Amino acid sequence: MHNFEFVKPGTISDAVAALGGEEAQALGGGQTLLPTMKQRLAAPTTLVSLSGVGEMVGVCTNDAGEICIGGATTHAQVQAETASSYPGLSGLAGQIGDPAVRNRGTIGGSLANNDPAACYPSAALGSGATIVTNTREIAADDYFQGMFTTALDEGEIVTEVRFPVPMAANYQKFVQPASRFALTGVFVAKYASGVRVAVTGASENGVFRWSEAEAALSSSFTADAVKDLSVPADGMIGDLHGTPDYRAHLVKVMTGRAVTAAQ
Amino acid sequence: MTSVTMTVNGKSVSGDVEGRTLLVQFLRDDLKLTGTHVGCDTSQCGACQVHVDGKAVKACTMLAAEADGADVKTIEGMANADGSLSVIQQAFQDHHGLQCGFCTPGMVMTAAALLKENPKPTEAEVRHYLEGNICRCTGYHNIVKAILAASGQEVTQIAAE
Repeated sequence: MHNFEFVKPGTISDAVAALGGEEAQALGGGQTLLPTMKQRLAAPTTLVSLSGVGEMVGVCTNDAGEICIGGATTHAQVQAETASSYPGLSGLAGQIGDPAVRNRGTIGGSLANNDPAACYPSAALGSGATIVTNTREIAADDYFQGMFTTALDEGEIVTEVRFPVPMAANYQKFVQPASRFALTGVFVAKYASGVRVAVTGASENGVFRWSEAEAALSSSFTADAVKDLSVPADGMIGDLHGTPDYRAHLVKVMTGRAVTAAQ
Repeated sequence: MTSVTMTVNGKSVSGDVEGRTLLVQFLRDDLKLTGTHVGCDTSQCGACQVHVDGKAVKACTMLAAEADGADVKTIEGMANADGSLSVIQQAFQDHHGLQCGFCTPGMVMTAAALLKENPKPTEAEVRHYLEGNICRCTGYHNIVKAILAASGQEVTQIAAE
């Protein structure tokens, strides 16, 4: 890894100021960024650690009943602290990587990176979450803009994520056993306004909503409701772990499993 | 260079590190605590696991500068005060939970983290918790047995097949 200057500000405003420097990069838990830097795929001049920004750590519930999670909150903390308030989200957090990764990796880091096989994007999109940054609030539907691409501007930090709590939700992940990323993962959430289905790991455009399944499940929230639907293989990822057809098939299978598990 | 101070196995230590210095490099190269191993260097294998403020982390995927002010525990800090093996270490020996031993420091640190969170885990919970620790010798059976034994549970039913 190329060397860099390490800074660890204590407030969001100091972090934003530090990120204004040339070639500065924010560091969440580093579970993706550090391996990427070791491979010299990233070589920032300054690394701005967000782990010291206390106001960005923690889980609470706001007046609207939404679960608010600070951007620098680890997966392990989300798993533990949403277990009763939002079990579907807690279950997803508990499947990310492995225990040591969950002790370092953060929700803000995952959402800012928007890896096409990461788990959290499906929870944020599947819950219709709000991504809060140091400058604005972004609806999840507007936030995810393709593989490793988000609505974030240069130097913008995910400070908080707000999740409306559904009546029922579940995440089913078909694990790629070597990396423990999702070969395909589906997050299903049932709200009074309808059902949302978000798919990660499958598409070349990153996380997406499967609208046909949403319509069918909003009428009947059962695995049977999706069994006659099909997902086009066009645009699905094809690699040595699975063909586009295989991933398209997995989308349907994992959606059915998630609906059953959410009951 | 950045100056860091942390507690490692109960002792206060300081050093000057580059921004890019990994925690595992600081432990092994500066403090000469070479019990913590580097297996893959890509955060897959878990041989480098240590505890930072009581939580298991991969020391190859954490910057030394991030551990400034932290309480770090490595495999060198696991034995009892009189030098005898801890319950978990002894269980690994008793149940043949290691062969070449390369993954063992990480396995022991992970086992300790698990038993702190969940003092009586099921076999399935042990296996799930070991997802981030790779062993190429044992096939995991005896590691799982050792951890269950260390938790005080009966292990005769979990014979290696």
